[in-house]
Amino acid sequence: MNWEQIISPRIQDVPPSGIRKFFDMVSGVDDVISLGVGEPDFVTPWHINEASIYSLEQGSTMYTSNYGLLSLREEIAKFLYSKHELTYNPENEVLVTVGVSEALDLALRALLSEGDELLLPEPCYVSYEPSTVLAGGKVVRVKTSAQDNFKLRADDLKKAITDRSKVLVLCYPNNPTGATMDREDLLEISQIVEENDLIVLSDEIYGQLTYEGEYVSFASLPGMRKRTIVFNGFSKAYAMTGWRIGYAAAPKPIINAMMKIHQYTMLCAPIMSQKAALEALVNGDRERKKMFKAYNQRRRVIVQGLNDMGLDCFEPKGAFYAFPSIKKTGLSSEEFAQRLLEEAGVVVIPGNVFGESGEGFIRCSYASSLENITEALARMKSFVKKLV
Amino acid sequence: MNDDILELLESNSRLSPDKISTMLDIPQEKVEKVIKVLEEENVIVKYCTLIDWDKTERDIVYALIDVKVTPERGVGFDAVAKRIYKFSEVSSVFLMSGGYDLSVKIEGRSMREVALFVAEKLATIEHVQSTATHFILKTYKKDGIIFKKDKKLDERLVVSP
Ligand SMILES: Cc1ncc(COP(=O)(O)O)c(C=O)c1O
Repeated sequence: MNWEQIISPRIQDVPPSGIRKFFDMVSGVDDVISLGVGEPDFVTPWHINEASIYSLEQGSTMYTSNYGLLSLREEIAKFLYSKHELTYNPENEVLVTVGVSEALDLALRALLSEGDELLLPEPCYVSYEPSTVLAGGKVVRVKTSAQDNFKLRADDLKKAITDRSKVLVLCYPNNPTGATMDREDLLEISQIVEENDLIVLSDEIYGQLTYEGEYVSFASLPGMRKRTIVFNGFSKAYAMTGWRIGYAAAPKPIINAMMKIHQYTMLCAPIMSQKAALEALVNGDRERKKMFKAYNQRRRVIVQGLNDMGLDCFEPKGAFYAFPSIKKTGLSSEEFAQRLLEEAGVVVIPGNVFGESGEGFIRCSYASSLENITEALARMKSFVKKLV
Repeated sequence: MNDDILELLESNSRLSPDKISTMLDIPQEKVEKVIKVLEEENVIVKYCTLIDWDKTERDIVYALIDVKVTPERGVGFDAVAKRIYKFSEVSSVFLMSGGYDLSVKIEGRSMREVALFVAEKLATIEHVQSTATHFILKTYKKDGIIFKKDKKLDERLVVSP
């Protein structure tokens, strides 16, 4: 078979995932401690599981409305209002999706035409680029740097804008850097967005994991609601990755366009996950806060540990990642990660998989037990000592 | 702040002041001072270890005894409780609301030993009106920790985006 002719060129053009490559390398090495995981180490709080089990017992095994359960959308709208004073009509401005992943894909397909440009601050989460390519758009990367605490700078954004620029992706708190943007930082960006008539995809999946400063939803800035799609979900804050549930909130015409795709490709998000998400929103605060507290404590331990061993690490104020520089060691990110794995049995993600400006950095997730973090830091310390 | 320190120590009494200082972003000297005061005030009573004895060879029998007390002028529950908790066989004593007054946990090497203790020592204490003994057959969860066969393995992928 000539697979190259069979597989669509568009898919062939999607580069292999750097994370995947690293995953293959890691499999087969024993006794590793992983700081490479991008999901909570907590299991979903039991009351959430229980609510979902109960709904199954009650026979809730059907399709729901394409938009998702109205009760869930109402709670989402309530959440957005109480947190950010954002008003969305649960009837037609909120869409429940199979994770933020699906919602992002829907938005990109709904917005991008062939050749439209998407502005992507990097280092960033690995899905945005391939999803954009699949939707027919073109990615224009905007670099951020450790000196700026990995914030998107207005000047850099301006320089990247062309007359094909259409969409800007913002993900704060950020994966992989843990960077956050304050209200002032975002206000500067919002001016450029306004001037250039951009649509903003604001991936706020780590919003509730903001440890310092305020979590500002981009849509809540003056004039931005009408040009923003807010993405949020349950994977991170409520430790619900496996449930595959998230949502988008946006003006009606945008949600309507996303719905058009969603109704044919997904029909609806699984009802048991929707029931679980509903329970999380209504009764989940107590457990969420416990996890939040634990992450925050580990964050301080890992940042101090990394700095102590000589890996400069700016203070990540959100998400559950530290992003230290390994430039001092003279190794590339990939060399560092590979040797750290082989010589010390610790898994971290090389920063370059999140974009060129991640070169010279590694991503260390602190969604891991304190014992694991402590042991990993000890192993890393003796490894780094050999190098510098 | 005291509560945060206590919470951490309650979940892991081996945490060093240095680590606690980092985790809570409080200077180490301050943490040490607070812990010292809490120890002096007997808020921190003791540092112990949670052990699943069922997994060891050692045979221990636990029983919970519901104790009804006839309160009498001048002799409150405290005085009766005190007479009970002085016995080394007694591992905990709680004053309860509801159908009985004191809940007493007893530790012994055999059911017989526990039963005898209740009959001879506990039931005969002045003002103790009646006792009901319940043997503990299995511990599923204690002090917030589930006792399982093995440590749960991390099922997450080693690497994920
Ligand atoms: C920034 C970011 N957005 C989206 C996702 C995907 O989330 P979901 O599980 O809701 O699809 C992730 C998961 O790692 C992420 O880090």
